[in-house]
Amino acid sequence: MSQQKNFSIIGFLASVKLALFLLFSLASTSIIGTIIPQNREPGFYTDTYGTGAANFMNMLDIPDMYTSWWFLALLAFFCINLMVCSLDRIPTVWKIVKRDNLAVELEKLGKSGPKMEIPTQLAPGDGADKIADVLRGMGWPMERREKEGGLLLFSQKGGWTRFGVYIVHLSILVIMLGAIIGSPMIAQKIFKSKNFAFKANIMLPEFRFTDEVYSSDDEEPIKLGFTVRCDFFDIEYYPNGMPKDYLSRLAVVEDGKDVLNTVIEVNEPLTYKGITFYQSSYRPLDDFVVDLQKSSGEKQTFVISSEKQIQWKDGGASFGIINMEMWGEAVSRVKVWFTDNQGAPSTFWIELGREAVVKRPSGDFTFKAKQRYATGLQVAKDPGVWYVYTGCGLMLVGLFVAFFMSHRKLWAYVREENGRVTVLLAGNANKNKLGFERTFDALADELRKLS
Amino acid sequence: MDSSTLLGITTLAYLFSAAFYIATLVYKNKTLGIVALIVTIAGILAQTGGIGMRWYESYEMNHGHAPLTNMYESLVFFSWCVMVIYVFLELKFKNNLLGAFVTPFGMVSMAWATFQLDSTMRPLMPALQSNWLIAHVVTCFIGYAAFAAAGGFGIMYLLKKNFDGDNDLSGGIIGSLPKLTLIDDLNHKTLLFGFLWLSGGIITGAIWANEAWGTYWQWDSKETWSLITWFYYAITLHARFTRGWGGNRIAWLAIFGVFVVFFTYFGVNLWLSGLHSYGSD
Repeated sequence: MSQQKNFSIIGFLASVKLALFLLFSLASTSIIGTIIPQNREPGFYTDTYGTGAANFMNMLDIPDMYTSWWFLALLAFFCINLMVCSLDRIPTVWKIVKRDNLAVELEKLGKSGPKMEIPTQLAPGDGADKIADVLRGMGWPMERREKEGGLLLFSQKGGWTRFGVYIVHLSILVIMLGAIIGSPMIAQKIFKSKNFAFKANIMLPEFRFTDEVYSSDDEEPIKLGFTVRCDFFDIEYYPNGMPKDYLSRLAVVEDGKDVLNTVIEVNEPLTYKGITFYQSSYRPLDDFVVDLQKSSGEKQTFVISSEKQIQWKDGGASFGIINMEMWGEAVSRVKVWFTDNQGAPSTFWIELGREAVVKRPSGDFTFKAKQRYATGLQVAKDPGVWYVYTGCGLMLVGLFVAFFMSHRKLWAYVREENGRVTVLLAGNANKNKLGFERTFDALADELRKLS
Repeated sequence: MDSSTLLGITTLAYLFSAAFYIATLVYKNKTLGIVALIVTIAGILAQTGGIGMRWYESYEMNHGHAPLTNMYESLVFFSWCVMVIYVFLELKFKNNLLGAFVTPFGMVSMAWATFQLDSTMRPLMPALQSNWLIAHVVTCFIGYAAFAAAGGFGIMYLLKKNFDGDNDLSGGIIGSLPKLTLIDDLNHKTLLFGFLWLSGGIITGAIWANEAWGTYWQWDSKETWSLITWFYYAITLHARFTRGWGGNRIAWLAIFGVFVVFFTYFGVNLWLSGLHSYGSD
């Protein structure tokens, strides 16, 4: 391959045309996945679009287009474009920033920005020093060099801001890196370890524990490396009946000991050893959770299904649920059979969540029942997320620098004319030229006052 | 005064504000321009009070939350952003002819919210109970409002460019518009401003999604459309920075951009399904 050809490939990869083309392709193809529902069962596509169209879609991975080979290839191509274009341009920018601005030809001053000839009443001699003092006082410390019988002063601000756009480019690459590190697909196919990064879920009934969760992709179990137990799940409602909160009390168990007890709710997950548990759904089960307390102090919690009998040895009582009343899908009331083996058993209806006091010959019993639930947890491990966040922060900083900060240069050529000092003030800015002109005018006004 | 009275006053004020700004342009009358600015500022104050009261009232109803949680509230906030950005630009660039092109966006969204949408205050569903709500909505809407303003400047630019000097056309109204270079500069700066805030909006949304669902990005239709909008404006900015596009082309891009933003804002909620369905009420 010839040198020439190499060069043109890099030129192509670095080109803005390619960047525009890729941005346009990403934007327009992304629309497809917002119109055609993603990740539905295969039958859905044949039913909705017909067999022919569905086959065509399958060929192009449209049902899961954002992870399809061609979309990922576009993204990869975009990253390469970003990288090559930045590496290609940074040396040029570096040269601009490091340029010897005192070597500029005097005729070129003011070609790309404001320019003003300012006659002063200053006598030759210390005139240049006074001018430099004024400019330094206004935030422009000047370098100086003898030039063509006069003295050229120069100062610049914000040269580094020319790199702002490359900070933005870098930030996108950092975000992409984070996305790769946190991708379950990469973890599985390249690192050959599901535990490195995963999205999973689990339905965990109250009072049960688990040391594995199930991958969202293929339902395969993934070992957590510790045990999680659900102690409690509850739904709170607003007065109008809208759900207000879903919450689960979880315990992390290691070596048989509880190392962490916490309540999670929507928007407030639990993170332990890099694995995060999110409250995501729930399911009512067929049984009930009963809290019993005797006036003499003993208490215990039971799980009981309907039409079963449970014996509470410490409290000397037996009970069962013999009937229930539904309200919609949920159980609202249950009928309880209760005895302490002295006298006839008590039977009573109780609303779920309410307390009842059962007066028995052996003492008073406080009885409380609630529906037993399984809490639905989303479980995720994403070691890339901090890269993504760092990239996001970098992007905002980079955009701010690239958009709102500029590289400003100021020259003052001081020479003697008819026994008085004259200044040629010139400057330029790579952005916000109108703003720079205001600054420039203010500087010129100050110089004009010199006498 | 309660929030609905204040927001009603706001709607009225914005109707007058847009009308006065258009009249200012047509009759080139200085007094009208001052009245328009005063009415707009009065509207913004009433609206700020209204939004504040609505926030306060939600606490009185025992489900306190920022009033940024359904289509009605978001439109009210959107019009607030448009008007505040506009007044800032008018004062900064000392030009009240811009008003005729920007304030109608604020007026229409406020009027639509008031006359077409359900303003009932409802408690907040669990997914929306997060501190990220305010950061996410505020950043997105400042971005949207800036893009709307840029679209207004685009229209203004095209009018000036294509009809200036045409005396048959409304007797030199067009001639009184600011210089093309100024409109172009304004358009460009507003696009930059919008792009920065849109980026912030997407980022805060991603962080929030990660807090709530354990995934910062799942190609939900709202997410995807916000990214499409981002790509769209990235293309626009690159065309300007590196291909030297300006003037007409950027004006057209800014105008078409309003439709992209519009689709991201409303279209997704109305026509597509996804995680942002609560926004369609």
